[in-house]
Amino acid sequence: MVELVWLIPMLPLVGFVALLLLGKRLGDPWAGWLATAMVGASFVTACVVFIGLLGQPENTYEHSYFTWIPAGSFQVDVNTLLDPMAMAMVLFITGISTLIHLYSIGYMHGDEKYWKFFLYLNLFVFSMLVLVLGGNLLLTFLGWEGVGTSSYLLISFWFGKEANASAGKKAFVTNRIGDWGFMVAMFFVFLTFGTLNYTEFLPAAVSGDVAETTLTIIAVMLFIGAIGKSAQIPLYIWLPDAMAGPTPVSALIHAATMVTAGVYLMCRISPILSVSAEWVPMLIAWTGAITALVAATIATAQMDIKKVLAYSTVSQLGYMFLAVGIGAYWVAIFHMITHAFFKACLFLGSGSVIHGMHDEQDMRRMGNLRKYMPITAITFLCGWLAIAGIPPFSGFWSKDEILTYALHENPALYAIGLFAALLTAYYMSRAVFRTFYGDEKWRVVPVPDDGQTLADALAAAPDEERDAALDSVPDLVLTFDPEPPHGRIDATYEPHESAWTMTIPLVVLAFFSVVAGFLNIPFGSLHFLEDWLEPSFVLSNPAILDVTTIQTITELAVGSAVGIVGCIAGYLLWRGSRPEQKRAQLPFFANAWYYDITITRIMGGPGRIAADALAWFDRTVIDGAINGIGIVTVESSTVLRRMQSGYLRRYALALALGAAVLLVFIASRVVNL
Amino acid sequence: MDITVESLTFWVCALIVLGGAFGVIWSRNPVHSALSLVATLFGVAVLFLNQNAQLLAAVQVIVYTGAIVVLILFVLMLLGVDRDEDIDDEPLIGQRTLAAVAAVALFGVVFGVFVIGGAGIVTGTPNCADGQIVTSGSPYEPGCDPVNPQLATVTDSPNINQIGRVLFTDFAFAFEITAALLTIAVVAAVVLARRPKDVAPIPEPADLGYENVDDIEEPA
Amino acid sequence: MSGSSLTTGYLVLSAMLFALGAFGLLRRRNPLVMLMCVELMLNAVNLTFVTFGRMLNDITGQVIVFFVLVVAAAEVVVGLGLIVAIARRRPGATADDIRVLRG
Repeated sequence: MVELVWLIPMLPLVGFVALLLLGKRLGDPWAGWLATAMVGASFVTACVVFIGLLGQPENTYEHSYFTWIPAGSFQVDVNTLLDPMAMAMVLFITGISTLIHLYSIGYMHGDEKYWKFFLYLNLFVFSMLVLVLGGNLLLTFLGWEGVGTSSYLLISFWFGKEANASAGKKAFVTNRIGDWGFMVAMFFVFLTFGTLNYTEFLPAAVSGDVAETTLTIIAVMLFIGAIGKSAQIPLYIWLPDAMAGPTPVSALIHAATMVTAGVYLMCRISPILSVSAEWVPMLIAWTGAITALVAATIATAQMDIKKVLAYSTVSQLGYMFLAVGIGAYWVAIFHMITHAFFKACLFLGSGSVIHGMHDEQDMRRMGNLRKYMPITAITFLCGWLAIAGIPPFSGFWSKDEILTYALHENPALYAIGLFAALLTAYYMSRAVFRTFYGDEKWRVVPVPDDGQTLADALAAAPDEERDAALDSVPDLVLTFDPEPPHGRIDATYEPHESAWTMTIPLVVLAFFSVVAGFLNIPFGSLHFLEDWLEPSFVLSNPAILDVTTIQTITELAVGSAVGIVGCIAGYLLWRGSRPEQKRAQLPFFANAWYYDITITRIMGGPGRIAADALAWFDRTVIDGAINGIGIVTVESSTVLRRMQSGYLRRYALALALGAAVLLVFIASRVVNL
Repeated sequence: MDITVESLTFWVCALIVLGGAFGVIWSRNPVHSALSLVATLFGVAVLFLNQNAQLLAAVQVIVYTGAIVVLILFVLMLLGVDRDEDIDDEPLIGQRTLAAVAAVALFGVVFGVFVIGGAGIVTGTPNCADGQIVTSGSPYEPGCDPVNPQLATVTDSPNINQIGRVLFTDFAFAFEITAALLTIAVVAAVVLARRPKDVAPIPEPADLGYENVDDIEEPA
Repeated sequence: MSGSSLTTGYLVLSAMLFALGAFGLLRRRNPLVMLMCVELMLNAVNLTFVTFGRMLNDITGQVIVFFVLVVAAAEVVVGLGLIVAIARRRPGATADDIRVLRG
C-alpha cells in the first residue's frame, strides 16, 4: 500500500489539468467540488500510505520512479524519500488543504474567476507535495518554485487592484533572493558529492570526508533559501503584504504549508547543519528568536485582523527556526503541525469574520461579533487559546517543548522566546477582544470612502458622531500605512454567520487545535511524535533533553503562566474601550519598525543609483561595444567609400603613387649597391 | 666624356624630346599637344638611330608618327574637342600636388639608382671605364673590352636581318598573337564607333534643363 | 658607345620622359591629350628597352620594342573608338565628367 505514494501528488495534478481543460465550463461551484474531491482523495491516499508505511523498516520508504535528467555524470531521478517526517507533513498538508478547499467553495462564491482559484490551489497542493515527497534537492526545488509560483498567482488573484499585483511581485522577488541561495547550495552539493539524492549525500556529509567550509557554505546557502521562503528577518517583508490575497490563500499558503517549506528544508538537511561550523546553527537559532520577538511586537499594533495573523505567522515561524537552530528538529516539526492547525483555524475564522462583515478588515469597526457568528467565535477562541499557549491546547505543548530545549541550550534564547510568548498571548487577546467582544463599533464609526482613512472619515463626520465614535474607539485617530481594507457596511448592518462549507472546516480545525498537542506529551511513554520522527534525524545529532519530571513540570508551569498573564493583560486593556488603548499601540511597531520604508529608501536612493549605473553600463559599454562595431564599420566605410570617387584621374593617381611605391620597393631589393 | 657624334646627337635629341614632352602636357590647345607629340616621337626615332636600331627608327616614324598621331588628330577634328582646356583650374583637391609627387618619385628613383650606381647596376653588367665597352663573354656575363673602332661600326649582320631572324623564329608565337590582336582591335574600333540604331538619342543636358553634365541623374 | 655615362644618360632621359607622361596623364582632362601622354610613357619604355638591348648586346631588346609598338597602336585604336562613342553621347565630356561608377 505504501507504493501508492506517487498517487498523493498526482491527484491534485490531475485536478489541475482537469480544471485547466474544464474549469471554466464547470464554473461555480462544481469546479470547487472537483478540486476539493481531488485533494480529499489525496488525503485518503495519504492515510492509506501511512498505514502501509508502518510496516516498513525504520518507517521509511524509498523508491525511484524514472530518470528525469540523464546528462552524463549529472543524473537526477524522480524519486521519493518517504520518511516519517515527510509522512507527517503529507498528512497534515493534504488534510488541511482539503478543509481549506472546502472552505473556499463558500468563500469564493460569486467571484468571476472562481474556477481559476481552484486551479491555482490544486497546482499549489501538487507543488507542495512534490516538495515534501521529493527524494533529491532538485525535486524539492521544483516544488519550491512551484509553490512560489502558485503563491504569486494567488496573492495577486485580484490583480485589478494595483496593490494586490504589487504584493504578488514583492513576494516573488523576495522569494527569488532566497532561491538564489538554494541554487548555489545545489551547485555546491553536486560539486562536492556528485549527487543530489538525500539518501546519498547526507550520509556522505556526516562521514567526515568533506571539508567543514564546504558544508558551512551549503548550510548557509540553504538557510538563505529558507529565510526567503519562511519569511524570517530580513526577508519577511512579503508575508504581511501577501494578505492582499483571498483569505483561504493566506490560511493555506502563508500559514499552514508553504511557509513551512523552509523549516522542512532545514530539517531535511539537518545532518549537514550538525557538521557545519559551530556558528551556523547558532545563527539559525538567533535569527528565529529575534524574528519571533520583532514580529510579535509589530503584531501588537496592527489594525488589520489579517495583518495581526500574518505577523503572528512570522513570529511562530521564528520559533520553529529557533528549534531547528538548537538541534531540536522534531520539536520544530511538532510546532509546525500544531501551528498549521491553529493558524489555519484563526485565518479561516478571520475570513469568516471578513465575509460576514462584508469585506471589513479593520478591527476598529468590529466588535461583539460572537453574538452574530457564534460558531466562528468559538472556533476562533479555540485557536486563540492554542496560540497563546494555554494548557491543554495544542500550542502550549509544542511551544513549551521549544522553550524547554532553548533553556537548556542558551538561557538568553529562552528569555527571548518567553517574552515573545507573552506578547503573543497579549496581541492575540487584543485581537479577540476587539473583534468578538465589546461594542458593535461599526454602528458608530463612520464609513470611509475608497482611499480614505478612518481618521479622515472621522474628521469629516459631524461632531456628535465623532464624539460617539471616539468614546467607543479611542484609537480611531491613529493612522497607519497601509490602511486596512474597509467594507461599505453602515450602522444598520447585521452580520451573519457563514455557510456550512465554511463553518465545518472551522470546527474541524478548532478540534485539532485543541487536541493536536496530545501527539506528544513530555511525560513517560507519551512521546508519540518524538519517537515517530526519530528515524528522520538519526544522522543529525539532534539535541537530547535530559531533564527530570520536576524540571519539566516547572517549565510547563512557567510557560502556561506567561500565557495566562498575556491573556489577562489583553483582557484588561481591550475589553470595552479605554483611553489607554490609544497609547498602547506604538507607531514604531505599527509601522513594522519602519523596515519596509527603510528598504524602499535604500533601494530607491542608492539602490536605484546602483541599478541605474549597472543599466548604464550594460547599455553603454556592453551594448555599446556591440553596436559600436556596427557603427564603426558604417562610419569608416562612409569615409572609405569616398575613395571610389568615380574620377578617372583619381584612380590614375592612385595607380601612379602605388607604382612609385612599388618601384622604390623593387629598387631596394634588386639593386646591390 | 668625349664629345663624339653620338653624344652630341644624344644631347640635341634629348632636348627635342623633352621639349616636345613639355609641349604635350602644357599646351592648352590639344592640337598643339598633338604636334608636340610629333616632335617627341621624332626625337625618339633619332635616338633609336643613335643606338643602331635602324628598323625601329623607321617603324617609329611610319607607325607612331604617321599613323597614330594622325589618327588622334582625325578624332580631334571629328569630335570638335579641340577647344582650349583650362589647365590652371583643378577641381579635384590635391590632384596637382600629388601628381607632382608621383612624377617626381617615379623619376627620382630611377635617377637616383642609375646616377649613383651607373647603368649596369640593374643588369649586373660592370661599369666600364671611358674608352671601354661591355662586350666580353655572353650577353649575360659581360665584361669590359676596349672600344674597337672596327667593332663599333660593324655588326654581324644588318639590323633588319637580325630582327627578322629573331622575330620569325624565337618570337614567332608572339608575332602571330600580335597579328590577331590587331585584327581584334580593328573589329573593336568598328563596333565601338558605330552609331546605335534602335536607341533613342540621348538628350543634351541643356535640353533637360541641366546646366552641368554633373547634375544629370543616371538611372540606377 | 662611349661607355656607361651615355647609357646612363639614355636611361635618365627615359625616366624623365616617363615622369612627364605620368604627370600629364594625371593633370589633363581632355581624353585625347591623356592618350597622348600615355604614348609618351610608352615611348620612354621603348627607349629604355633599346638602351638595355645595346648595353647587353642582345637584339631581344629591339624585338620587344617592336611588339610594344604594335600593341600601342592597337590600344590607341580601341581607345579612340571609346572616346568617339562617349563623345557622341556627351559632347564636350572630359575625363572628370564620366563618373557613373562612383561609390
